Amino acid sequence: MRQAPFRLRESPSQTAGPYVHIGCTPDVVGLNQVFETYLGPNLASDTAKGERIRITGRVLDGLNTPVRDGIVEIWQADHAGFFNSPDETRGDADPGFFGWGRSPTDLETGEFSFDTIKPGRVPYLDGRLQAPYIHLWVAARGVNLGLHTRMYFPDEAEANSEDPILNRIELKRRIPTLIADCGDGAYLFDIRLQGDRETIFFDI
Amino acid sequence: MTMNNKPPPTGAFFPRNFDWHPPAYSPRYKSTVLRSPANALLSLENSKGDLTGPVFGHELIGEKDNDLVTNFAKPGESAIGERIIVCGRVLDEDGRGIPGVLLEFWQANAGGRYRHSKDQYLAPLDPNFGGCGRTITDTGGQYEFRTIKPGPYPWPNGVNDWRPAHIHFSAFGKGFAQRLITQMYFEGDPLIEICPIINTIPDKAAVEQLIAVFDHANTIPMDARAYHFDIILRGRRSTVFENRLEGN
Repeated sequence: MRQAPFRLRESPSQTAGPYVHIGCTPDVVGLNQVFETYLGPNLASDTAKGERIRITGRVLDGLNTPVRDGIVEIWQADHAGFFNSPDETRGDADPGFFGWGRSPTDLETGEFSFDTIKPGRVPYLDGRLQAPYIHLWVAARGVNLGLHTRMYFPDEAEANSEDPILNRIELKRRIPTLIADCGDGAYLFDIRLQGDRETIFFDI
Repeated sequence: MTMNNKPPPTGAFFPRNFDWHPPAYSPRYKSTVLRSPANALLSLENSKGDLTGPVFGHELIGEKDNDLVTNFAKPGESAIGERIIVCGRVLDEDGRGIPGVLLEFWQANAGGRYRHSKDQYLAPLDPNFGGCGRTITDTGGQYEFRTIKPGPYPWPNGVNDWRPAHIHFSAFGKGFAQRLITQMYFEGDPLIEICPIINTIPDKAAVEQLIAVFDHANTIPMDARAYHFDIILRGRRSTVFENRLEGN
């Protein structure tokens, strides 16, 4: 006989289904009188420090069709590289910058968008600086477990070239799937669930 | 002072068990066919951004946010259906209650119809039911909300597939890597066994973890039955012995 250590198991994931907007962004499906405040895609208050940026994109399926019944969430460091979280132990984050946001993928166009600031560089576990980047998480009908990925910036070629995560990627051809394009006043970042240019997703 | 004052662990999350979660590609649930990545996930040890997350304060939550019976209803009216309380705890894998977890839930009405332009099921809308709610767990990880029992409904997958009665849950714990969306089912529902979405989960024991049980003790006499549903989020390592150089 031996001990059986007490350990629970994470609740298994289930798809968010076709109506995730009802639960996570109810204000965009006509349920805008239920709550007083709604969580949304604006991460920066008026006092937030740093360069204001906009990120837009689509989530595309294996046939390049936009996913119109999903949500995208982002989480990122402030302008100086600190996360606005009690578990941020390296310093104080900008109190004017929440660091997290959520956008529906539009019911017609499939587009998501965020208004935020450009993040500062965050050291990796070994102390090397990461390139500025943003965490993204995707949930939708047909996605059984939410998908984590990262967005890097096209105007940070030097930082990207020394980034510890990007350098972990063996198939160099796939690295561009994590780097946004420069659009008209916004960074464009399409997330491809499947296909030739399938986005790199992470198990974190 | 009690031993409970030890701060909660802040180290890396326990790795996800991919034999416990449904695989991305599950062709019996047809929507996964074009929405499942074909490449393996790239596994990374947690770094700061994975371990941290925003704090959702209790001030976010309005008085009726956790009452789906009235939060969309006209004054003095309420949603039609079986009145129920759903209550339980959000725990980590070591059994600690997690305080401050943002829980959001959404569901069909008593007839199995969602208040959504894309839902064309012939069951009627309930003018007093919206179908969304939210709450934040207390210091012990407890939560509760009031709603009506959702109805089962048919959906276009196979020609005669039905979803068992269910409530969708989104849970936001302490770290971004802990993020989870799942669904709660009701014990005794015969549709559970034949549901293609539930059957994406390979292990029957994992499915049972999503089936809420009738909770007589918390049932409100002459008012609402209670169902108990615990949600488990990833546990995490202690950092006490990490990054401590030998000899120090």
